[in-house]
Amino acid sequence: MMVVGMYLAWVAFDYAELTPLFSLPLIALLFFGLGYGLQRGLISPFINRPEHQQFLLLLAIATLLVNGCLAIAGPDSRGIQLESQFDSYELGPLVFDAVRVHAAFAAMAIAGLLWLFFTRTRIGKAIRAAADNHMGALVVGLDVRRLYAVTFGIGAACVGAAGALMITIIPVTPFLAAEYTLLAFVIVIVGGLGSMTGALLGGLLIGVSEAVAGLLLQPSLKSMFSFGLLILVLLLRPQGLLGRKDAR
Amino acid sequence: MTNKKSFTRRNLGRATVAGAALIGAPLPLRYGFAQSPANLKVALLLPTSGGQALIGQACKRGADVANDVLADMKIAAKLEIVNYDTESKPDVSRTQAEKAIEAGAHVLVGAFDSGQTIAIAQVAEQRGVPLIVNIAAAPPITESGYKFIVRNFPTAPMLIGGAFNLHKETFKASGTTPKTAVLLSLNDTFGTAMIGGIKAMFPKFDMPYELVDIITYDAAAKDLSVEVAKAKATKADMLMPVCRLNDAKLMIQELVKQRWEPMAVMNPGSPGLYEQDFLKTMGKYGEFHISNVPWLDPKSAMTTSLEARHAAKFPNDQLDINGGFTFEAMLIAAHAWLAAKSTKPEALMEALRKVKIDQHVIIGGPIQFDAKGQNVGIKAAAVQNLKRKPTVVMPLESAAAPLVFPEPGWNDKRRV
Repeated sequence: MMVVGMYLAWVAFDYAELTPLFSLPLIALLFFGLGYGLQRGLISPFINRPEHQQFLLLLAIATLLVNGCLAIAGPDSRGIQLESQFDSYELGPLVFDAVRVHAAFAAMAIAGLLWLFFTRTRIGKAIRAAADNHMGALVVGLDVRRLYAVTFGIGAACVGAAGALMITIIPVTPFLAAEYTLLAFVIVIVGGLGSMTGALLGGLLIGVSEAVAGLLLQPSLKSMFSFGLLILVLLLRPQGLLGRKDAR
Repeated sequence: MTNKKSFTRRNLGRATVAGAALIGAPLPLRYGFAQSPANLKVALLLPTSGGQALIGQACKRGADVANDVLADMKIAAKLEIVNYDTESKPDVSRTQAEKAIEAGAHVLVGAFDSGQTIAIAQVAEQRGVPLIVNIAAAPPITESGYKFIVRNFPTAPMLIGGAFNLHKETFKASGTTPKTAVLLSLNDTFGTAMIGGIKAMFPKFDMPYELVDIITYDAAAKDLSVEVAKAKATKADMLMPVCRLNDAKLMIQELVKQRWEPMAVMNPGSPGLYEQDFLKTMGKYGEFHISNVPWLDPKSAMTTSLEARHAAKFPNDQLDINGGFTFEAMLIAAHAWLAAKSTKPEALMEALRKVKIDQHVIIGGPIQFDAKGQNVGIKAAAVQNLKRKPTVVMPLESAAAPLVFPEPGWNDKRRV
């Protein structure tokens, strides 16, 4: 879905001259609706079925999305050209890539909003309650089916926003998803399933370890370090750095 | 109504002229007619999707105009070209080659990338179907004893040797010699072959600069910030990239962002810097970089025809060596077919081994293959990006514009 978000941001930029920072809220909103509809229409009927069936359903959706992108946009890589892609900020001896700094700030802002949503709003608290204790949530009268759909919608909105930010960093091709899916898994497992702070920490750890490994050794060996870190975490703390044991 | 018929000298004269006109009319079109029916089936295997899609498509454009150029050059051969997408993957290349042969291809052409070409070469050899390599530099392609393969592209050592000689010529012409260089290379089959060749040939060529580091990166890299930071830390005067299109763009973006201004970005025989999409997306930052690669011969009549046909059919696309070499692969197939007068693999291969094509589009001697199936007559040129166009600047006798060396800084006024 992130790839679809990237394509939408590219379309918004190319045809409506809307920069990704401006198209981001629109894409996130659209993705929320899509995610909500997808959950209610397709995923919800599968919720009580065996896990392999749920997995196959999501795999089928992913295949449809990839091939849909391929059919509509073709195999070419599509990118956007921004002046900031050649910019950097200098802080003493440190040089920061401008688009990455912008993307990082936007990601932190979204993470902050999510935190506020989950801790300060009634529906956010209800989602957490349903995640903590499904039966308890039903007993107190929460509409868990709706909460599932809202949660899926929020997840989809975050993915759409990520796509709008990613298009500023790399061009998009229909087949881009696979390597980022793997990376996302590594980050979530290292950080800890179910922990938002863990996901942030995992992302930071993987990014920094790859960069340091690239500098100290050969850059072509850098992904070896992130997978090494994954193995280490799985061996020593299987629930992830900030994950809870029952979240596995 | 009456129908009078009379046989007069005037009528006889008219009938003779009309008959002659009728018989003679097709003469100007005889090459077009001679091309029909098309019965040499050429399978064109290229990465038209995936990471190398843009280059694969540039190659394909050269093949798309091949029949028109052959007709222009009065070569009485029409090829039935069938396209197969390798998806930029060696495993898919192999499957597609099998599929092409099953579909009755008489000749295989491809595949831009060394890894994909090696996969196709194995199939071609097993099935005994000739493979004409359009672009692929890894030495094993013609060093493995294959009997059904010819390559009309320099090997990695040929590319490197040509580039090293051009480096020296460039320094001599400009009066400026870098003292140090850093090699930044992708680590796929092509990159590995290039690194091996550079390590082996560097001492033999007695280069005037020291190679301070060799930094490799994954071919699917989406970010080269670490690699460029490491290269920058060497404080080398010159950056030598061995790359392809997408990584070339990432590399130059990082150079600008990290505010590293080497004396030159000059490759040792590699794609990436001269591609149309690179020039388009990099804008002023794509200017002045130098590629030392084989290039289209502007003095060849066939190049003129190829450029005209390409411009007419693809007005928004630039013709480069990707299209040039792929067209030449088609030219070779056509010549072999005409000589063999058969579509049988052995006859075609025999004709390919003996082929000698004086008129073609890439700078160098006649196209002909040695015992290993390698064309050793291809020459390199130093091509500098000037005014958004790759322009020959070396050797001096072929130069279309004066060399700019060292290249201006990122904020220099000459970059527009």
